[in-house]
Amino acid sequence: MASSHDPSRAKWGSWLQHHFEEPVQQFEAAKLGMWLFLAQEVLFFSGLFVAYGVYRVAYPEAFAAGSAQLDWKIGFFNTCVLLFSSFTAAMAVRAAQLGRRQETSIHLAITIVCAFVFLGVKYVEYSAKFEHGLLPGNHFAPDMAHVHPWLEGAAAVTELPVKTHVFFGIYFCLTGLHGIHVAIGIGVLAWVLIRNVRGEFSKDYWTPVDLVALYWHLVDLVWIYLFPLLYLI
Amino acid sequence: MTAQATTATPSHTGHGHDDADYLRVDTSPLSWIVTLDHKRLGILYLASTLTMFFVGGVYALLIRTELLTPGRTIMDPDTYNKVFTLHGAIMVFLFIIPSVPAALGNFFLPIMLGAKDVAFPRLNLASFYVYVVGAAFALFSIFSNSVDTGWTFYTPYSQTTSTSTISMTLAVFILGFSSILTGVNFMATVHKLRAPGLHWKRLPLFVWGIYATAVIQVLATPVLAITLLMLLMEKVLSIGWFDPRLGGDPVLFQHFFWFYSHPAVYIMILPGMAVVNEIIATFSRRKIFGYMFVAMSSVGLALLGFLVWGHHMFVAGMSEYATMVFSGLTFLVAIPSGVKVFNWVATLYNGSVSFQSPMLYALAFIVLFTIGGLTGLFLGTLSVDVHLHDTYFVVAHFHYVMVGGTVIGFIGGLHYWWPKMTGKMFDERLAKVAFAFVFVGFNMTFLTQFVMGSQGMPRRYYDYLDQFQPLHGFSSVGAYVLGVGFLIMLVMFALSLFRGEAAPPNPWGSAGFEWATASPPIAHNFHHTPVIHRGPYDYHLATEEELFDGFPAAAQKTAAPAKTAAPAAAPDPEKAPAKAAEPAPPARREEEE
Repeated sequence: MASSHDPSRAKWGSWLQHHFEEPVQQFEAAKLGMWLFLAQEVLFFSGLFVAYGVYRVAYPEAFAAGSAQLDWKIGFFNTCVLLFSSFTAAMAVRAAQLGRRQETSIHLAITIVCAFVFLGVKYVEYSAKFEHGLLPGNHFAPDMAHVHPWLEGAAAVTELPVKTHVFFGIYFCLTGLHGIHVAIGIGVLAWVLIRNVRGEFSKDYWTPVDLVALYWHLVDLVWIYLFPLLYLI
Repeated sequence: MTAQATTATPSHTGHGHDDADYLRVDTSPLSWIVTLDHKRLGILYLASTLTMFFVGGVYALLIRTELLTPGRTIMDPDTYNKVFTLHGAIMVFLFIIPSVPAALGNFFLPIMLGAKDVAFPRLNLASFYVYVVGAAFALFSIFSNSVDTGWTFYTPYSQTTSTSTISMTLAVFILGFSSILTGVNFMATVHKLRAPGLHWKRLPLFVWGIYATAVIQVLATPVLAITLLMLLMEKVLSIGWFDPRLGGDPVLFQHFFWFYSHPAVYIMILPGMAVVNEIIATFSRRKIFGYMFVAMSSVGLALLGFLVWGHHMFVAGMSEYATMVFSGLTFLVAIPSGVKVFNWVATLYNGSVSFQSPMLYALAFIVLFTIGGLTGLFLGTLSVDVHLHDTYFVVAHFHYVMVGGTVIGFIGGLHYWWPKMTGKMFDERLAKVAFAFVFVGFNMTFLTQFVMGSQGMPRRYYDYLDQFQPLHGFSSVGAYVLGVGFLIMLVMFALSLFRGEAAPPNPWGSAGFEWATASPPIAHNFHHTPVIHRGPYDYHLATEEELFDGFPAAAQKTAAPAKTAAPAAAPDPEKAPAKAAEPAPPARREEEE
């Protein structure tokens, strides 16, 4: 299909797809496509955020009590990990633009390691919640020995309000969906890393590195909202 | 200077291997399954959606047969619940939503833009695979225990029913992503792959319509996806967001659901309108009146569609202030809809109108969509809605918009572009007979339902009072007439495929860009990227050569068949030369405005 016999296209690599006239057109189309995809990602998460807002207003005490069961220090650590990984993702793009292949690989690898650290910490957090019975809906059976006191007005209370299970339902869905996005991110980052090691990218063509970094920033951004909403307030 | 309008320089001998049309370039079955060609994907979508239309249509006939008489006619109540659910779910998610955008849009959007393909051909194929997987889940659900919730999956019933809602919900979730990916692809294509000279004010209105649709697909469908995911989570983990026993709110589900599903109504109707623009311009030999208004009304409908979801829940327990706001916003929808209808009629005025089969469907669209749109005002009025809510009036209203609008537009587009897609002409007389059956049958079926609904016949009911029997009977007979119409059409298209005469590049004499290439188009659409010097409806700037023979490069190859096909192409070959002289006067009038 590729019009390889067209001399005007000979100066570009095989990465220039046959239906594009020139590299900048292909790059801009890909970038626009990615932004549109990210827009739909935001709306995909929106339903859960709206549910969070609705039930936070409906059951404020359940959310206060539920939030107190989460350890903000762990959440803060994970926030730092993701922010740092976003930085390395951006550095990977910069290195790719300059055609420094090895540097790109290192930055991508660090990003992947950070993603694994994030998921590892999340695993530890989830296991604790599972053990303590802080689960959604009908599975909610809190182990009262491990319940952290929460503040109702000025008084510290250890009793959990009846609707606390709704908080944990929303907590697990939001962080779970985000976790799935992190896992997908690991896969895509690894794929781009392999392609980079193979030498598919150059100063002229680094679109996939740019796109995967964009996706990774969105994953980071979602967490930037999740952390205060779930852990802090 | 403008004579060489849309261009395409004559083909060079060096491109010999490129000259095969997209159907014959490689005929192995595998080449279809892994194809990246937007035209083949369009055909694959067309075949799939038409199959689904057939299945959904069979369910419709089963419903109407059951409703011939009160009480049991052919099935028990549980089966009836499943049948109307499947009719709705299949028609909405597997047929209407992908019909025009994914089938006709895939085929013609890149050609109209003068592009070789969509922006992301592999994503395009992926989106088709996703559609097939979604359809497989739906089939699994149908054959395991089916679904009886209605296509809307309202809670709390969808939580308690023992039918297989989980697989059907997953099916719709997956189909949603197919729709999103198509939307992303089309938006990027329209932005980045327009041929030189094809600026936004020259875009064919079909492209504008599909573009507006793509905006909704990208921005609304993810909300449906998350809603269905939440429904699944509720069922699996009992979270407590929709189930009142756990502290949830079923009306919240309705808000979420309609936040997608109302815009989805515009995903369905905008492409139908988009097709009608093309047909009306071609068969009136005239520029669409108020081009920019029509284009912007598509965008306006797309945006307004996001603000009116509440009108599905006037009696579901929303606050009365919210209902007033939603009612007011709903009336605003009438403005862009009215702009379209009036501009189409104004285009017909003083045009040289010819009544070939695609045009008949376009005119039927105007009539039926107007009825569907105006009855929407009854339902958007708060006090009237209390009476009409959940009656056959609603059923008739949305069938006038969805079938009378979208399906008629889709079928019209299928007639209009059939020669381009297949390279074959069809039997115009048979097509007109089919049209007569479809038009009469449709109105018999659904006009009756307006009457029933206003008299208080509730929708979805299995049984009804004896007083409604004559109307129900008449409606069912209408459904059979409609079914016969579609069967005649099926025969007509099948005959065309096997015995139809070869189509010339431009059988309708249109100035649209898609007619510039051969019928069927070559694999790369154009030998060279076209340079656009005029708008797609500028009949006063198009040469006779462009209008009646297609482009020189394309015509050379098909010149001989074109002449022999002319008598079959249209029953009025004598009139064709007369028409050639006519385009000038209306065009001049256009310039005076």
